[in-house]
Amino acid sequence: MKTDFLQISNGEAIKREKIPHLSFDAFYRDALSIVRVGGKVVHYFAYSDKGATKLMAVLRKDKLKVASCDAPDVYPSMTSQCEPFHMFEREIAEQYAIRPEGHPWLKMVRYHANFLNRPDVFGNDYTQDIPGNIDYYGVDGEEIHEVAVGPVHAGVIEPGHFRFNCIGERVLNLEIQLGYQHRGVEKMLPGVDPKRLPVIVEGIAGDTAVGYGLCMSQAVEALSSLQVDEGAQIIRTIALELERIANHVGDLGALSGDVAFLPPANYFGRMRGDFLNMTLLICGNRFGKGLVRPGGTRFALTEGVRKTLNDRIFELTPQVKHVINLLLTNASVQSRFDDCGAVTQADAEKLGLVGPAGRASGLPYDVRRCFPTGHYGQLNIPGNAKRTGDVHARATVRGEEILQSLDIITTLLGDPVETRSIENRKVSLAPSSFVVTLNEAWRGELSHCILTDADGAILRYKVKDPSFHNWNGLSMALRDTEISDFPLNNKSFNLSYCGVDL
Amino acid sequence: MFNILKNRLDQGYKTTGYPNEKIQLPPRYRGRPRINRQAPAEVIAECAAACPQDAIDVSGTLIDMGRCVFCGTCERISKGRFISFTQDFEISVSEKEHLVTDGGLPALADHSRQHFKKLFGRSLQLRQVSAGGCNACEADLNVLATPFFDLARFGINFVASPRHADGIVVTGPVSNNMKTALLKTFEATASPKVVIAVGSCALTGGPFRGSPEIAEGLDSILPVDLFIPGCPPHPLTNLHALLTFFK
Repeated sequence: MKTDFLQISNGEAIKREKIPHLSFDAFYRDALSIVRVGGKVVHYFAYSDKGATKLMAVLRKDKLKVASCDAPDVYPSMTSQCEPFHMFEREIAEQYAIRPEGHPWLKMVRYHANFLNRPDVFGNDYTQDIPGNIDYYGVDGEEIHEVAVGPVHAGVIEPGHFRFNCIGERVLNLEIQLGYQHRGVEKMLPGVDPKRLPVIVEGIAGDTAVGYGLCMSQAVEALSSLQVDEGAQIIRTIALELERIANHVGDLGALSGDVAFLPPANYFGRMRGDFLNMTLLICGNRFGKGLVRPGGTRFALTEGVRKTLNDRIFELTPQVKHVINLLLTNASVQSRFDDCGAVTQADAEKLGLVGPAGRASGLPYDVRRCFPTGHYGQLNIPGNAKRTGDVHARATVRGEEILQSLDIITTLLGDPVETRSIENRKVSLAPSSFVVTLNEAWRGELSHCILTDADGAILRYKVKDPSFHNWNGLSMALRDTEISDFPLNNKSFNLSYCGVDL
Repeated sequence: MFNILKNRLDQGYKTTGYPNEKIQLPPRYRGRPRINRQAPAEVIAECAAACPQDAIDVSGTLIDMGRCVFCGTCERISKGRFISFTQDFEISVSEKEHLVTDGGLPALADHSRQHFKKLFGRSLQLRQVSAGGCNACEADLNVLATPFFDLARFGINFVASPRHADGIVVTGPVSNNMKTALLKTFEATASPKVVIAVGSCALTGGPFRGSPEIAEGLDSILPVDLFIPGCPPHPLTNLHALLTFFK
């Protein structure tokens, strides 16, 4: 199939003039034709350029493709014909007041005034600071009841609102409304002092600080032609895999706790800390904040650090294996995990699920294998796809990925490569340029996109957390599931609130 | 069953002896800053200019630990001649002005309110509210419930409802969209109650200061009794603060 979209590479800077600027009709036709035959949306966003509002889409199939167009004030919604555009069209409507006519569920994403001070698409009054003060998807009927949960939840977790429509214990529909964590990140980033950029980006979602730092750094490196040496690439890979292990281990513990099987809950909880402490050993911060910077990493692996890491991985690997085995072979755990909250592959395709949640539903996509950067091109990342799409599949995928990541780290630690640590440096970005970077963070495809203006200043910084795709997967998992299984399903996805809210 | 028992034996006993035993954190951990006031003026100015958080006061040679994210940029640039970070994680304070420091900190125990110790010394139930937090502070509070720290052995717990709580622990820069929910949670907590601010965001807005979508410091909204700095604070920093302030 021939389209006018331009093929690009992950982390490759190109001049903006090279990006096909299509008529809206051609843009619309091509974008739909790519996504309808299995393509996915990586980015679809609006930006302002010299007073004009424009739309840009980065799509992926086996390659990445990009195009832009002038934004009309109103246009026929793509979502009504092709589901993966759903959240993106809502975000564009909220940020730039462009109305997708005929959108099946046109509702704000985060509850904030648009960037252009134009009339609000949703008719919201933002002097009222209550994002919960809005309508929800409702179900009518004599025995239907609604359950409203949040924004403040019963655990030590981030805020969000969940609205269940139930008949008895059975959930007919779950609607998830976020926005409580909105800090105005995308509005802040273009004008901000460059020295603040890494610290802000790492704070967008602190549980994915390495992934965020990496996406930002690779984008800045591409725009300023900075080279990263092999040693730093390896440290970045180790840090990203440690982040994956720590979070997956923690989530398996939480899943275990939710089905009241306490031994793995406690063991995993403790071991998660052991993995965070390895990141602490490398860079002085348990979440890897301050490690990845444009040009390399701020900390090198000394012989002592490398040896300690090696010893700890060696000690922990059998423990992790045993506890995963303890969890996944226990009969009472299996009976709770199996068939719970299944998302079919067809639904996962339409929602565009990514990461472990997508792989659990049969979508093998993994940025590390499909669009590798840094050291990942030299690694052999397995497919991991499962068929059942239930809690058991999501837990199994996590378990397998923990072991694969342990293997990757062991291999990398065994082959010392020198690097020099770098400090935050002043860089000048190429003017009138564009770059998109993708990384497989622990929740899935994380992507940043930077557009620069004629002076090399950041014109638009677009962030997409994998959770932006996956929250609707959780809604889908809850359909026809007992409401008491919500916590278990929620943990099996463990999505980011702040990564979506920005 | 055999598998469960075997794993239990494998795991052994992991709980820390802290606070009775000292813990040494790894050398790259950055805790309480140490300041050399005699450092050359140009070095101090260079550090202040490079600090991503603008946390360095040049004229007073002070650092604001509320703003600081402990990235260590100043230490690297000055090669330790102006600021160096020690491995001391016991850095919480009860008055906001104590966050702006020349490296010295008042002993937290001397500043804790005696009536809190009397009321909550044997049992302290806390409700956590994330108000724009990035999930790092939240995660390092959550970890206090794991076997290594085992917070419950001190009679301190995180509870599910503000009605069951003696106070709230707030993380994040208090996004506008969370302000109402935060205030309602505070109101729902029974008096007398404590308010604890955790992390650079809750202390000063952290990395997001300047954004119109947040409050710059929880203390502009609620009376704060205990300030725990860090980005995020190490779990031991949290543990030390809770034990010293309330026990």
